Amino acid sequence: MSTDDIIAVSFFIGVIALTLIITYFAAKRNTGASSHYVAGGQIKGWQNGLAISGDYLSAASFLGIAGAIALEGFAGFYLSVGFLVAYLTVLLLVAEPMRNLGKYTLADMLAARFNARGVRAASALNTIMISTFYMIAQLVGAGALIGLLLPFIPPTMAIILVGVLMTVYVVLGGMIATTWIQIVKAGLLILATLVLTIAVLAQFSFNPFSILNEVQASTPQNMVIPPAPESFGSGLDTVSLFLALVLGTAGLPHILIRFLTVPDAKTARSSIVTATWIIGGFYLLTPIVGYGATLLVGQQTITSQDPSGNVAAPQLAGVIGGPAFLGFISAVAFATIVAVVAGLVISASGAFAHDVYNNIFRNGEASEQEQFRAARIASGAVAVGSILLALAFQDLNVAFLVALAFGVAASANVPVILLTIFWRRFNTIGAITGMLTGFVASVGLTFLSPNILGDAAIYPLEEPPAVFSVPLGFLGCFVGTLLGGKSTEEEEREGRQANYEEIYVRANTGFSTLEEELENSRREGEQEESRA
Amino acid sequence: MEERGEYWSRVAQTSAFQDLMQKKKVFIIPATIFFFVFYMGLPVLAGFTTVLNVQVIGALSLAWIYALAQFVMTWTLLHLYVSRANKWDEVVERVREEAASDLGEKREEG
Repeated sequence: MSTDDIIAVSFFIGVIALTLIITYFAAKRNTGASSHYVAGGQIKGWQNGLAISGDYLSAASFLGIAGAIALEGFAGFYLSVGFLVAYLTVLLLVAEPMRNLGKYTLADMLAARFNARGVRAASALNTIMISTFYMIAQLVGAGALIGLLLPFIPPTMAIILVGVLMTVYVVLGGMIATTWIQIVKAGLLILATLVLTIAVLAQFSFNPFSILNEVQASTPQNMVIPPAPESFGSGLDTVSLFLALVLGTAGLPHILIRFLTVPDAKTARSSIVTATWIIGGFYLLTPIVGYGATLLVGQQTITSQDPSGNVAAPQLAGVIGGPAFLGFISAVAFATIVAVVAGLVISASGAFAHDVYNNIFRNGEASEQEQFRAARIASGAVAVGSILLALAFQDLNVAFLVALAFGVAASANVPVILLTIFWRRFNTIGAITGMLTGFVASVGLTFLSPNILGDAAIYPLEEPPAVFSVPLGFLGCFVGTLLGGKSTEEEEREGRQANYEEIYVRANTGFSTLEEELENSRREGEQEESRA
Repeated sequence: MEERGEYWSRVAQTSAFQDLMQKKKVFIIPATIFFFVFYMGLPVLAGFTTVLNVQVIGALSLAWIYALAQFVMTWTLLHLYVSRANKWDEVVERVREEAASDLGEKREEG
């Protein structure tokens, strides 16, 4: 092992030790199902904001966008814009109703209105599939990344290492550990990116315009403007990507459950404010890092290391700051992957243990002790399952899996979330058909696309097929509601659906049950009287 | 169930709740339409036309200016929403009070 390797390994060990210490302390507080899934709802606004940023700034954001800008220029920045504006969809339409109606999982929110196992099962299926797609992509990415940066660790070992670590975090520390690891990691990632940006700017007398001018002058293709519109199909593909990004975020289970970790809607709101500033600030720096890599590392050197440019940022760090900085950036990228995967495990295991085991098989009657045990067993099982899947897929190009996760989230989850909150006539059959239609449409089109079938593709576009699958998801909800089911009124009478007024009021006010509200106001009244 | 539903529709009919929903709709519906159109304008213009390729200051193209404007829009709408939503919380308190007194009366009658 050379000195450089020793420096890199020390950073890795440092980061891993830090996360294990966090897990040790969190494990003491991880004492029940509520703390395991949603940290007992006791996370503060700014903490949750940092944790959301952490969940969101995955390896795809940090490494992928920088690499895409370094190689493709402006088109690489599309992801930054889409990921950020998506928070407006989340904030304006989804976050508060989700917070007001939900408990541990996305299915809980739908179940607040629909008292049907089918709704829970379909929602659990979507959550598990989205989390799995996302997770395999992250794990395989971790294997490739570590293989490139630390050639003495084979990719298989890297996947197992990430897998074992995340299992430890989640099974022992639950949501509390996952949240704190996200917070620490988000801090490290921001620090690393800031240092990298300032170092790049220093080379160009702190003038971002001169970076743009140099990129235009020194690259053969014009990288500072959008790629020339080739055909109607390529335009539609760009539109589809933007649609998947802006809606998909509002349907990603591991982002949505973050609104359940805070005590009230006001805190959910303030956590989005923190998250949006951090995420936006971070994305504003991505062009400087990306173009910096184009100019200082060179496109040939970038593609010779990795054809999709995933290590452009660490390479840039190596050119600017030598092996120590390279080691630091790599360790942060590693922490990023582990932390994001841990969050995904929590949301997938919640769907298994809370939705499928407790609510579908046990009729919601499992004791607190049993629920907590089931949560931990499911977390371990999900972790092991995803390690095995990642090992099986490690030689495939899995970049499209993240896009697939966004496509499914946008098409299968978002229509049903919005209509549950806003559509009075929505019914059980509509909710189930909507979720299944969105799922089948987004997964089906992706499997018919060039990502899987190559030249034999039936669906010609490569980006997530949101432009077709999202309308199909909505259509499934409408058609199912009109044709298949009983009317909302009938379902309400039979107790298969909560009264829409109740959902409407609760989603918009955060009132829980009426009796509780009365009790609270009576108690407040008494307190005031006793004070007087 | 029936009774419970009736309780909630009485809350929904309080003037404070109607006021809350009115305030929410007046902001959220136009804001959502605006950000969605402004956002989708970028892929539509960049994907189908070359109007954004015009370079205005050195290498800085309209595409970059439009993309960066999305950041400004996001942060602006974010703060407009939050400052309003924090005021809506006061209306929610009024709904709570109205509902409590309304239902309290109803209960005594029953």
